[in-house]
Amino acid sequence: MTALAPPPIGKSAHQIANMQLVPRRHYGRIVASVVIIVLLLAFARALSKSQIEWSYVRQFLTAPVILSGLAHTLLMTVCAMLLGIGLGVVFAIMRVSPNPVLRSVAMGYIFLFRGAPALLQLLLWFNLALIFPTIGIPGLFEFRTVDLMTPFVAAMLGLGIQQGAYTAEVVRGGLLAVDSGQYEAARAIGMTQFQMLRRIVLPQAMRVIVPPVGNEVIGMVKLTSLASVIQYDEILHNAQIIYFANSRVLELLIVASIWYLFAVSLLSIGQYYIERHFGRGATALRTGV
Amino acid sequence: MAAQPNQQAGAAPLIRAVDVTKHFGSVVALDKVSLNVMRGEVCCIIGSSGSGKSTFLRCINMLERIDGGAIWLNEQLVGYRSEGTKLYELRDNEIARQRRRVGMVFQRFNLFPHMTVLQNVMEGPVTVLKEPAARVREEALELLRRVGLADKADAYPGQLSGGQQQRVAIARALCMKPELMLFDEPTSALDPELVAEVLAVMRDLADSGMTMMVVTHELGFARDVADTVVFMQKGQVVEAGPAEAVLSNPTHPQTIAFMSAVRK
Repeated sequence: MTALAPPPIGKSAHQIANMQLVPRRHYGRIVASVVIIVLLLAFARALSKSQIEWSYVRQFLTAPVILSGLAHTLLMTVCAMLLGIGLGVVFAIMRVSPNPVLRSVAMGYIFLFRGAPALLQLLLWFNLALIFPTIGIPGLFEFRTVDLMTPFVAAMLGLGIQQGAYTAEVVRGGLLAVDSGQYEAARAIGMTQFQMLRRIVLPQAMRVIVPPVGNEVIGMVKLTSLASVIQYDEILHNAQIIYFANSRVLELLIVASIWYLFAVSLLSIGQYYIERHFGRGATALRTGV
Repeated sequence: MAAQPNQQAGAAPLIRAVDVTKHFGSVVALDKVSLNVMRGEVCCIIGSSGSGKSTFLRCINMLERIDGGAIWLNEQLVGYRSEGTKLYELRDNEIARQRRRVGMVFQRFNLFPHMTVLQNVMEGPVTVLKEPAARVREEALELLRRVGLADKADAYPGQLSGGQQQRVAIARALCMKPELMLFDEPTSALDPELVAEVLAVMRDLADSGMTMMVVTHELGFARDVADTVVFMQKGQVVEAGPAEAVLSNPTHPQTIAFMSAVRK
């Protein structure tokens, strides 16, 4: 027998072992809950006494001009992200290429378009006509830049190209996360560079790429609001047009935020399914399916 | 040995390496390595770590580019094309085409984790050789039966033991119908109780007449299965010859020292 602690005076070890257990009390949690409830009540009271006309919120929530703004916001998010992801993949692959020319171009692109503010880039594209009155290939075709550079095109280029610079770094991180043994195994079964990227490397990199890109899609939903500055009629722009007319500023901003939150929630659900798709193998291991 | 390698005089070796040299910076990894492997032969390369044996194997598959010398696979120059007095390095796609004739099994398996076992085995023939998926599927299932893993066809690599993964890796390489199989320390990353199942598959493969080059520490396997054994040290071939001769009666002092160190 190893040494046992002697039972306390007057009680046998058996008696102690059968005593009722009393869990520890978490007083801190109770205090925190009370404080937060009080603050919430105060905020609710302030709202009820405020001069928000909720009827305006209700009225404009489904107004056609707001809904078309929402549609344009989503359209711009999709277009700018597609452009951004396309550019991101291409420049990430260039960035890790053994070819020094491609590598330098990729580094230059990332430096320029990640460095300059998104709003500035939007203004730059929108005002391109000031320095290039016409765009085209001399002798073949030529367009007047003002006709070509609509608010939609300028916003898509501005947002998509700066997004590409961020996504390139995310994709590069994904490429680096794939084990070098995977490259060797792909080469060993005779894959070409392109087959290796498409079948082996990118699908595995996606597992690392999807969460941050999902984050960026959500960021893009909100970033599209910058396009209101160059007269693209997305939801914030349209909300502003209404409140310039009726002065219900806060009410319309609430309408816009409700739709932004709605769009972001939808995208989060989509992200869950995409992550599950690219987690094949890895998730099977974790959940033991 | 069941299948006798055809070593009659005059037959060209499947692998011929002449004065193969490889540097990593200032380190000489391979120093004028010359070696012949005949069709149907099982050649085990042994030696302490850092002796260049894995590097040599990887050069045969062009996973490393050699800095000097030349390697021929079935009398075709590996990785280069000779023209006039110069050797011109092949393009990526030409190198990829050469690699299709050589199967490789890695120490750390390197299965594709996002594909099922069956997809791993089918990937090469379907994507690279563009063979019809239905037929490849039958061949892949047959190979999985052969390595004893028919019931794991739909599992992901992460759900298998190391020994099972390595057997899948062997099936994956075989599905390309290679002329030569390279094994780079195939049992070194395995728990001791899993080594035997992989060696059994390799033994079966050797019996079927496959030409194999095996970098290994398993001297028992080399003794039982290999036709020839090559002992390397510091990037050089110290001793090469029939398995029995090199393993039981080594003549070079370095080989003798290595053998006694391994036997403890």
